[in-house]
Amino acid sequence: MITSLTRRIPRQANTLALPPRIANLSAGLWDSASLMLAAAPFGIITGATSVDGGLSPAMTMAMSLGVFAGASQLAALQMIAAGHLPAVVVLTALLINLRLALYSAAIAPHFQSLSGRWKWFLAYLLTDQAFVISLRRFETDPQGPHRQWFYLGAALGLWIVWQLANACGALLETRVPEDLPLDFAVALIFLALLVPAIRDRATVAAAVAAGITAVLGADLPHGLGLALAALVGIAVGLWTETQTGRT
Amino acid sequence: MSTLTLWIVIIAIAAGTFTLRLSFIQLQGRLSSPPWLNRALRFVPVAVLTALVAPALVRMDGTLGTLDGTRLLAGVMATGVAWRWKNALLTLGIGVACLWLLEMVR
Repeated sequence: MITSLTRRIPRQANTLALPPRIANLSAGLWDSASLMLAAAPFGIITGATSVDGGLSPAMTMAMSLGVFAGASQLAALQMIAAGHLPAVVVLTALLINLRLALYSAAIAPHFQSLSGRWKWFLAYLLTDQAFVISLRRFETDPQGPHRQWFYLGAALGLWIVWQLANACGALLETRVPEDLPLDFAVALIFLALLVPAIRDRATVAAAVAAGITAVLGADLPHGLGLALAALVGIAVGLWTETQTGRT
Repeated sequence: MSTLTLWIVIIAIAAGTFTLRLSFIQLQGRLSSPPWLNRALRFVPVAVLTALVAPALVRMDGTLGTLDGTRLLAGVMATGVAWRWKNALLTLGIGVACLWLLEMVR
């Protein structure tokens, strides 16, 4: 049993003979390192945008701690600055974050046996990055009893970076360059996550279908185009999988 | 927006977002999930990420449907970088640099 446990630990941790929980924790942290670095400038800009838009540093940190989702934070800040109705701001932000529910569904089986407190804590930390990295890891290690520690390493690292970056942006009076293509930069971060996720015919088909639907549906009210594209992509991926006969 | 309204907005988004995150994680096990659902969930990352990326690279303007060339090209280059080096910061840096260069040339 001990050899089967050590086989799952990454090599550098194995040579130190770390206990499996710590080994998984550090593996998660390590795997998300480049994503953490990419999240830093994004977080600084979010914090700075918030203060520029008239929010106090306390509100800025409340948002970064409470919402902890950059794309929706930025969208909400832009809408607040533009004077939109509060209800519309809230609704749009939640529609943008709807994908988190899909992530929740996909990762839930791996957290099934955990206590309520663990579930709440891990759920709070859920982000695109932590989700994609962890799911990729879990596929290669489906029976691992300490999986949640890997996720915790990845998710907590990102959380820390995000909070620090938002604080820096809010407190250090950073100037946000006007012509910064923010939505393009966000897309690039997602692109960096997407490329390794495309592995077989079915995932290629899912990506193509989702991409086409998203572009065509880009003018639909906030979030609807994205939700529709996600559903179409999932459906096409499933169908392609049954066609090629793989499970 | 008044200070109070801002606080309410922040709290509302935070509460709603946490509910979305917790949803299936909390409900898992209470509802039995059919096998096709588990297979379908495998495609969630790819579908959602593509749905997020594609509209930022390709735009349809007007009835004829024009494509925003500079972003698409920068996106293609960034994809190549992501494929080769699998490094998010590199992808981000090179992608933005490509975009700036292309927009200067345009």
